[in-house]
Amino acid sequence: MARDGMSRRVALRLGAVLSAAALALPRSAFADTIRRRLPWGPAAADRPERIDARPGYLFFTDAEAAFVEAAVARLIPKDELGPGALETGVPRFIDRQLAGPYGQGDHFYLQAPMPKGVATQGWQMGSPSEVYRLLIPQVNRWAADAYGQAFAALGPDKQDEALKVLEKGDASLKGGVDGKAFFELLLQNTIEGFFADPIYGGNRDMAGWRLIGFPGARYDYRDFVGRHGEAYPLPPVSLSGRREWTGKQS
Amino acid sequence: MASDPAPVDVLLVGFGWTGAIMGEVLTAAGLNVLALERGGWRDTPNDFAVTFDQDELRYYWRHRLFQNVAHETLTFRNRGDQVALPMRRLGSFLPGAGVGGGGIHWNGQVWRFLPSDFVARSHNVGRYGAAAVPETMTIQDYGITYAELETYYDRFEYLCGVSGKAGNLGGKVQAGGNPFEGPRSRDYPNPPLAMTYGPTLFAEAAARVGFHPFPHPAANMSRAYTNPLGLQLGPCTYCGFCEKFGCGNYSKASPQTTILPILLSRPNFALRTGCEVVKVELSADRKHATGVTYVDETGATIFQAANIVVLSAYILENVRLMLLSGIGTPYDPRTGAGVIGRNYAYQITSSVNVFYDDKLINPFIGAGSLGMIVDDFNGDNFDHSGKGFIGGGYLGVVNTGARPIESHPTPDKTPKWGSAWKKAVAGNYLKTVSIATHGAVMSHRGNYLDLDPTYTDALGRPMLRMTFDFTDNEHRMSDFLTERASDAAKAMGGREIKANKRSGSYDIVPYQTTHNTGGAIMGTDPKTSAINRYLQSWDVPNVFVPGANAFPQNAGYNPMGTVGALTYWCAEAIANHYVKSPGPLVQA
Repeated sequence: MARDGMSRRVALRLGAVLSAAALALPRSAFADTIRRRLPWGPAAADRPERIDARPGYLFFTDAEAAFVEAAVARLIPKDELGPGALETGVPRFIDRQLAGPYGQGDHFYLQAPMPKGVATQGWQMGSPSEVYRLLIPQVNRWAADAYGQAFAALGPDKQDEALKVLEKGDASLKGGVDGKAFFELLLQNTIEGFFADPIYGGNRDMAGWRLIGFPGARYDYRDFVGRHGEAYPLPPVSLSGRREWTGKQS
Repeated sequence: MASDPAPVDVLLVGFGWTGAIMGEVLTAAGLNVLALERGGWRDTPNDFAVTFDQDELRYYWRHRLFQNVAHETLTFRNRGDQVALPMRRLGSFLPGAGVGGGGIHWNGQVWRFLPSDFVARSHNVGRYGAAAVPETMTIQDYGITYAELETYYDRFEYLCGVSGKAGNLGGKVQAGGNPFEGPRSRDYPNPPLAMTYGPTLFAEAAARVGFHPFPHPAANMSRAYTNPLGLQLGPCTYCGFCEKFGCGNYSKASPQTTILPILLSRPNFALRTGCEVVKVELSADRKHATGVTYVDETGATIFQAANIVVLSAYILENVRLMLLSGIGTPYDPRTGAGVIGRNYAYQITSSVNVFYDDKLINPFIGAGSLGMIVDDFNGDNFDHSGKGFIGGGYLGVVNTGARPIESHPTPDKTPKWGSAWKKAVAGNYLKTVSIATHGAVMSHRGNYLDLDPTYTDALGRPMLRMTFDFTDNEHRMSDFLTERASDAAKAMGGREIKANKRSGSYDIVPYQTTHNTGGAIMGTDPKTSAINRYLQSWDVPNVFVPGANAFPQNAGYNPMGTVGALTYWCAEAIANHYVKSPGPLVQA
């Protein structure tokens, strides 16, 4: 049964552009006619995949990792309120995202031509992994020209200054690449890693959720709907539970 | 090409809400119905179960249930003198994919349009004079009245188990409901949902400043419900993962929860998944559809004969299929002639945040349509004299659940990152209420859909090209709504408020609403409409096109209630009239 027909078919058709061999698959492989039944079956749940638990980075080079670790530590810093993006595993979250289907642009339309367009037309760049790979060296080169060192080697104040210039779109990057769009992607991915469920590698120990008071992957607030203005009493919970239940960091 | 020349009675192109309603009514009438759906099967226990449904990253930000733009998207520009570029990732709107379509991840906001919305041109000209509708504003009457549609609204609301409070029963205004709505034949099937704190504070303040708040009508169950087909839905648990998510709890109306188990048990119905219709095939004189050509998941191209073809895909795909198939004359914005692609419209939204120091709002408790609404400034519920715009919208607090990647409001002048941002997010997440405004967009001569000359989908077919921008009418209207929302916000007693106006050109990046409308509109004149009042193609009478494509302009409400009602109306016209005497149901 074609549980995930769309993504397989997309893969097939995109593959077909490159290779006619994809068309040789038997017709019965995915097509499904549903008649006089509900196609429900056991053990077919579309559950999230576990991230690759091997230590270290899968996508980032050492230089890329140094940049991302330094940048996210400024975007969401460790401070008196608690851990920041670096301490909660956001670089590893972004690494696993870029190493996976999101990084490959599985939900991005990537056909050329790719002129820049106007801002209201949105993203006109490649896949996220291509953009990180292309832009990090450009930003480092620009930082070296403007501040004398690669981004990660700068002090926190200079890093903040460089990020502000990048955010405004005022960093003169080589090749006409869009530094502002890259900054927005990096900030979005950092916020995702800080607040996404810990199963994806960031938000370690649900620190992002604890910071704001979000109770996480709960599913029933019926007892609390009418208790206006009261503090919700239960701690956050992840899709993989809580450390108190499993003994493991979640 | 493979071929199945034995015609089915009815072929449905796309199997979301409109396809499921069509299938149910037409199989009950004894017709053989085949649905072709390009995506895969989806169901509650496997695709959005409570053990993994509460996953903001995967479902919203990684688009698990949405249309995949890698396969098919559209191109976009604000004006005809720009080069349209592909929407390379989803943003402003989120069409669904697979069985159930957008009916899985919608909020369940079920509205009726106002009686005056169906006669937008004649009503506004009648009340404010011909000058109130500029020459470039191409609004029209629907060719159907609210009174004709009432029983079909009622049918969709009972199918969905809508929770709400009637504001007008048979012409008598009811306390606690929407006093501006059209007359209803009976109350909603379920009472309103339990109310959270934010909407409650808003409603109290709104009443103090003279507005008329009432509970949002919600296809989220306030109690266990058995619908007229005998299908059971469970009470909503206010989990906050509803809008943009499937419901793991059988508490939100969807094709899966309200129709499919019955429809799929009928012997005269079949569904083929993974089959994308690429063209409606026409007879040599182009006045009759012989069937459709579709491509299955192996890439095989297959012809399927049919006596009736129903385009029941999302509005953007319905319009594109008509353009690709040569059904009707494409719209030309230079001359104003032609109808396919004409009168594309959208919605215009804004918000006002209220920040408290002393009130715990707990915004993570929510449901897709849980909220309190003010309708005083929708449609023509207020005097527009001297305002410089027509139309309106509702405003209110809808507590859909504050998932933190998406929702971490900060006061004015807060930086977007760094320690100051972190402190503002931490200090305000639990103590902020956001009033949303949800405004109509009129149709305008320069806003339209056609085929893109450059970009193609994964099958090599031209993409749809959208040319759209807000006009002065929309900006004046939205600014007015934002000011009224600010009136309520100031009365809510917070520390500070922040008004987020919608300024400048329409931007396809930030999420706004999945309420694209028009492009194949209904009407009384084949020169200015693609389909007649029964949603039947003027040009190819055995093609019917139910969906928000039928709206001549958008109203200030979420579209699904009206789409559901129009689909029932269209299905009954097929079953009761067309089948007995195939041909045009309205003489041009």
